[in-house]
Amino acid sequence: MTIPQELRYTKTHEWVRQESGEVRVGITAHAQEELRDVVFVELPAVGKTVKQGEPVAVVESVKAAFDIYAPVSGTITKANEALQTTPQLVNQDCYGQGWFFAIRPSQSEDVTALLPAEEYGKLIAAQAH
Amino acid sequence: MTPFHGWEMPLYYTSILDEHKSVRTAVGLFDVSHMGQLFVTGPGAVEAVNELIVSDLAQTAVGRACYTMLLNQQGGILDDIIVFRVGETELLVVINCANRQKDVAWFQSHAAPPVQVGDHSAARSIIAIQGPQAAGLLGEIAGLRISALGRFDVMAVPGLGLETWVSRTGYTGSDGFEVFLPNRDAIELWRRLLERGQAFGVQPIGLGARDTLRLEAGLRLCGTDMDETTTPFEADLGWTVALGKASFIGKAALARQKAAGAGKRLCGFQLEQGPVPRQGCPLLIGERTIGTVTSGTFSLMLNKPIGLAYVERDVALPGTAVQVAIRAKSYPATIVKLPFWRTQTTAATAQPTGARA
Repeated sequence: MTIPQELRYTKTHEWVRQESGEVRVGITAHAQEELRDVVFVELPAVGKTVKQGEPVAVVESVKAAFDIYAPVSGTITKANEALQTTPQLVNQDCYGQGWFFAIRPSQSEDVTALLPAEEYGKLIAAQAH
Repeated sequence: MTPFHGWEMPLYYTSILDEHKSVRTAVGLFDVSHMGQLFVTGPGAVEAVNELIVSDLAQTAVGRACYTMLLNQQGGILDDIIVFRVGETELLVVINCANRQKDVAWFQSHAAPPVQVGDHSAARSIIAIQGPQAAGLLGEIAGLRISALGRFDVMAVPGLGLETWVSRTGYTGSDGFEVFLPNRDAIELWRRLLERGQAFGVQPIGLGARDTLRLEAGLRLCGTDMDETTTPFEADLGWTVALGKASFIGKAALARQKAAGAGKRLCGFQLEQGPVPRQGCPLLIGERTIGTVTSGTFSLMLNKPIGLAYVERDVALPGTAVQVAIRAKSYPATIVKLPFWRTQTTAATAQPTGARA
């Protein structure tokens, strides 16, 4: 299972990549593998203010719909429009072209409080048992 | 794996959409041994079963099968079943596993000697072979004569073991077969099908794709799309009902409904794009709720979300524009004719053998 070292993670299986002034958000390899067959993604509106832990997007597989939570508080700056026409990018390239949205954090300490790769790896290993 | 009415069954082996595609373009294997198998036998067996079903078994010759329904006195659907006339006075009845105990009791309470009702579900298995390559694959194992089977024909195939029948039926909308056999022969047949099937692009299929395939073919799921509160007319399965038959349980209620007209009808609808409609989502025209979704999925062949819904009879017409409410948003949809997708024999047989290799 791929868990890139340079990313931060949530217990709800989102990944966060720090970029200049904002963070990019997607779902982990573990999450997309559990979902399989992603057929629809609902994205937040750019400019929307979001609170850490609140549901801001939806990902749907053939079988069910799941909420995607804001890993940090802030303002949505980008949404990956490619997912509207090609939702299977989430399965094909979850850490790259399958990203969901970007947030400009209102408090930078939110990001550093997220799980490092090693802890996220332990979390999913524990859930597997 | 997922729990399913007391069974542990695979939701998928690889992925729902991969498996769906295998059935539509090559061949898939389904272990559907969870389904119940009753044998109703003895002089008068056909007449006894005919009293319990909406169809007329007088129209079902030996070697033929009949898709039909068991009703309660109010005309509500207890189960949808397939009756295989495997002998002059011998019927194999295949029932849904969730209804097995209820159905067995229903048959037993309505049959008197010399008619015997035997529940052989625990000792028998069912393997379904479905897809445009199904005839090629099963033909290699069971012999070429299975390709002579027409839709809803059934025959004994002693070469596969004693007490084994093969029918040209299925729950996918693609061409295919179902093999009904004793447990002792089932694993061996499954292995041979997997082995010989490599050249045909065979893939084992889980419950997830079983659901997406049946829905794309417009086939109802009993307990989900219809139950004891809905009649065959409401479920748009009026073609199964033989009101001309002297009697059957539920006939009076159905005759009354036929005269008055059913107030709601099960319809197909599709979205051009958007989220997947799920059970319970309302269908609307403007502000007015006109129906409720019973099943929904993403159709691989149409590349669109699709669903079944009960809607008011006046709007249950193909081409009607409606909206479906999903997570508090409303999306445009259209009522469409069932099935959503239909196999085209010429296109299906033109698929190259072993294309997945």
